[in-house]
Amino acid sequence: MEQNKVQALQDVVIRFSGDSGDGMQLTGTLFSDTAALMGNSISTFPDYPAEIRAPQGTVAGVSGFQVHFGDHRELNPGDYCDVLVAMNPAALKANRKWLKEGATVILDGDSITEDNLRKAGFVSDDPIAELEITEYNVVVPNITTMTREALKETGLENRAVVKCKNMFALGICFWLFDRTEEHAFAYLDAKFSKKNPVVAEANKLAIKAGYNYAANTHQFANHYRVESANLEKGTYRTISGNVATAWGLMAAAEKAGLPLFCGSYPITPATVILEELAKHKELGVKTVQAEDEIAGICTAIGGAFAGNFAVTSTSGPGLSLKSEALGLAVMIELPLVVVDVQRGGPSTGLPTKTEQSDLVQALYGRNGDCPLIVVAASSPSDCFHYAFEAGRLAMEHMTPVVLLTDGFIANGSEPWRIPSMSDYPTIVPPIVNEAPEGGFMPYVRNEKLARGWAFPGKTGLEHRVGGLEKDAVKGSISHDPANHQKMTRLRAEKVARVADYIPAQEVYGDTEGELLVVGWGGTRGHLQNAVDQLRAEGKSVSLCHFNYINPLPKGVEEIFSKFKKILVCELNEGQFAGYLRQQFQQFHYEQYGKSEGQPFTIVELKEKFQSLID
Amino acid sequence: MADYKYTPADFKSDQEVRWCPGCGDHAILNAVQRALPEIADATDTPHNKFTFVSGIGCSSRFIYYMKTFGFHSVHGRANAIATGVKTANPDLSVWVATGDGDSLAIGGNHFIHAIRRNVDLNLILFNNEIYGLTKGQYSPTSKLGKVTKTSPYGTVEKPFNPGELVIGAKGSFFARSIDMEVMLTKDCLVEAAKHKGMSVVEVLQNCVIFNDKTHALFAGDKATRAQHTITLRHGEKMLFGANKEKGLVFENMKLKVVTIGEDGYTLDHVLTHDAHEQDTTLHAMLAAMKYPEYPVAVGVIRNVDDPCVYDQAVARQVEEVKASSKIKCMDDLLHSGATWEVE
Repeated sequence: MEQNKVQALQDVVIRFSGDSGDGMQLTGTLFSDTAALMGNSISTFPDYPAEIRAPQGTVAGVSGFQVHFGDHRELNPGDYCDVLVAMNPAALKANRKWLKEGATVILDGDSITEDNLRKAGFVSDDPIAELEITEYNVVVPNITTMTREALKETGLENRAVVKCKNMFALGICFWLFDRTEEHAFAYLDAKFSKKNPVVAEANKLAIKAGYNYAANTHQFANHYRVESANLEKGTYRTISGNVATAWGLMAAAEKAGLPLFCGSYPITPATVILEELAKHKELGVKTVQAEDEIAGICTAIGGAFAGNFAVTSTSGPGLSLKSEALGLAVMIELPLVVVDVQRGGPSTGLPTKTEQSDLVQALYGRNGDCPLIVVAASSPSDCFHYAFEAGRLAMEHMTPVVLLTDGFIANGSEPWRIPSMSDYPTIVPPIVNEAPEGGFMPYVRNEKLARGWAFPGKTGLEHRVGGLEKDAVKGSISHDPANHQKMTRLRAEKVARVADYIPAQEVYGDTEGELLVVGWGGTRGHLQNAVDQLRAEGKSVSLCHFNYINPLPKGVEEIFSKFKKILVCELNEGQFAGYLRQQFQQFHYEQYGKSEGQPFTIVELKEKFQSLID
Repeated sequence: MADYKYTPADFKSDQEVRWCPGCGDHAILNAVQRALPEIADATDTPHNKFTFVSGIGCSSRFIYYMKTFGFHSVHGRANAIATGVKTANPDLSVWVATGDGDSLAIGGNHFIHAIRRNVDLNLILFNNEIYGLTKGQYSPTSKLGKVTKTSPYGTVEKPFNPGELVIGAKGSFFARSIDMEVMLTKDCLVEAAKHKGMSVVEVLQNCVIFNDKTHALFAGDKATRAQHTITLRHGEKMLFGANKEKGLVFENMKLKVVTIGEDGYTLDHVLTHDAHEQDTTLHAMLAAMKYPEYPVAVGVIRNVDDPCVYDQAVARQVEEVKASSKIKCMDDLLHSGATWEVE
């Protein structure tokens, strides 16, 4: 079979796409997990509509899941895809712009009906021609019919049978990329075999049928092999940003020797953090699903007062609702981590799409001079590290911390070399166990300017805290002007001093040159890839990527001063650039912002960088 | 029964009490400080476990005057914060000092949900039917037509009756007292503390500056109170009047005030109070009684067992899952599920 020659590739991007009820997220996850288990590096990106079941067959209702896998560390899920699996014409139309030149397109032939074409907004009966992809490697198998045929012996009713067509598509991809079916089978067995063994069998049959169809047909030009990635030695697992965040918080609780308490309210795209924490009662985690966002943070503040490591998780609109209570936490100086999984804003905005536009809200969105620590994670797996860091800083410095992630890294996943908890430091909060001579003074501070944390229930430590300004030592209410001035500066200095307890800022690439790309948070993978590609072409570009936002790490001015141009890239209209201008006024900052609800593409970044070098 | 030998002085902080002279809050503070030694013994709670949480308003200054752990939070959020405190550490005796604005307006959501969850909190609701700290605006318990600074022509909105709200939200304990009745308030607080689950004690409190005598028509002095309030005690006949000559009977699906020996009514016709009855019908009717048609009910109106106490259930689940899980630490969790080795 000449057509079926095996071609070796370094990396491949596949996009699974269909109606939001077609099971594309599961299909994509099973494919990426399989690739990861077979040793590839992966990076994934789910892209789905806000509606659970958006109008069927329409472009608005298309749900996608992109997998980038390869033989080297994948830092991003890829801009454009080598293979598009489209379960209907709308999915094809919605993803036309993401196809690489000459990409393989697999479109369910059964879905090309008059009705579906009209719903997707096609004017002709030939979607392939209309989208100008006739020269591409387009394959149009009748997936629904073949799935039905393969499953006719199962006795399942038609509706259940048709639901398995995503597994048929998965089978095709398994063959195309020489992946085995074991992991998917094991997953299906675990999910269905007890409740509904027939469904497990049917899904497995559909995968096999898809695989055999692809192997037997001559329609696929190539059969690809992607070698295992050369990853650092160790034990790996795949992890999404939200799960990594939850685990990082749990790790911080363990290292502090305190129970973890999460008060939270469900909100897209942060809900998985609450769901994940609710699972782990075995590690002493208590979760309160509160009646609203305000109660989410307030129960957490109560938990912190009572001596737990307390956290709350939310997204932009929820952070708005939590503002007043966050100010209270700053005032009473208790540890608290607020995770904001950013989404498109303002208001309800784009709940399922990514953006970095809550930075200013995190930094300043409270009444009064109300500084707190802001930290941002930059990949699905490093959410673990920065959630841990948020916990360490909150507890050791007795202050709330906002941890910013975003929909892109929260939902995305990648392989992660599992750390050992012995590699992480013990967290030592300034817990007071007994009253010193002269009695416990709640606002006496240590060298970090952190006050003592005295849990209710401990004899002799009875004290009162509250949102009113308090005496700098005793903590009793004080309206004294000089005291308020002093306390305002103490609260600011306490946060500023955190710079002594975080790593200095690093630069990726040469430490001097033409262009310094500056980013923060979840854009790291794209920025680094784009910088890498230009560096490979010999261009003088480096990357300075920030995870600690407030306070900024030491060494930033030194880095900035060594480059001719500084370009701040972020998924908003210039919030970090504005912040940097305020912090380091001596530099000129170019900006590259994007507010489309989508991550950067490598292509657009390279173009922008290029334009500043030439 | 423990014997801690505490006195009210053990619960008085060194802070100067700054409520207006004549404010009903002084009497409530007095009742609480008298109740706590008794509560400590009755519930075996040492001094260091008492924690008071408040929101914003005159009532919420309460925590500064108690020599206990205290948390003066932000407006309306005392119930949410107290829920966190109690859930994080169920060993504490957690009290909420709050007012009609704090818990029934800005914090209404947290109030009903704390009750619905049956968190083991003891809530003292200072009800003066006015916003005092902001100097005299109507509250969600102000009577219809009440003239205040923000209702110069009288309010056009109906008030909440806190008791009805508590019972409607599946409350398992509701008591009502009057600020001047210090001993009754103290008794209600002791019962509230003994109750497992959320307890709400409404204290009808006089704001001498902005809403003076709002409860006076039925609660102004001892003689008036005898005539126009009824003190309910579990297992006792529902009698009131200067000589206990009047009683409540149930007729035509309604409560009715009768005089013993008149119209053929004898003591046998008078209802006996059963605070432990799970059915809410009669408790809701008693809580809803309004002057002048009825005497206003005070005392413990509802006190029923509810085995589902939130903070304890949360703790129990944690213990159960801990006992049955193979995962004992983060390293175990990190290596659970699908993993693979890279050599």
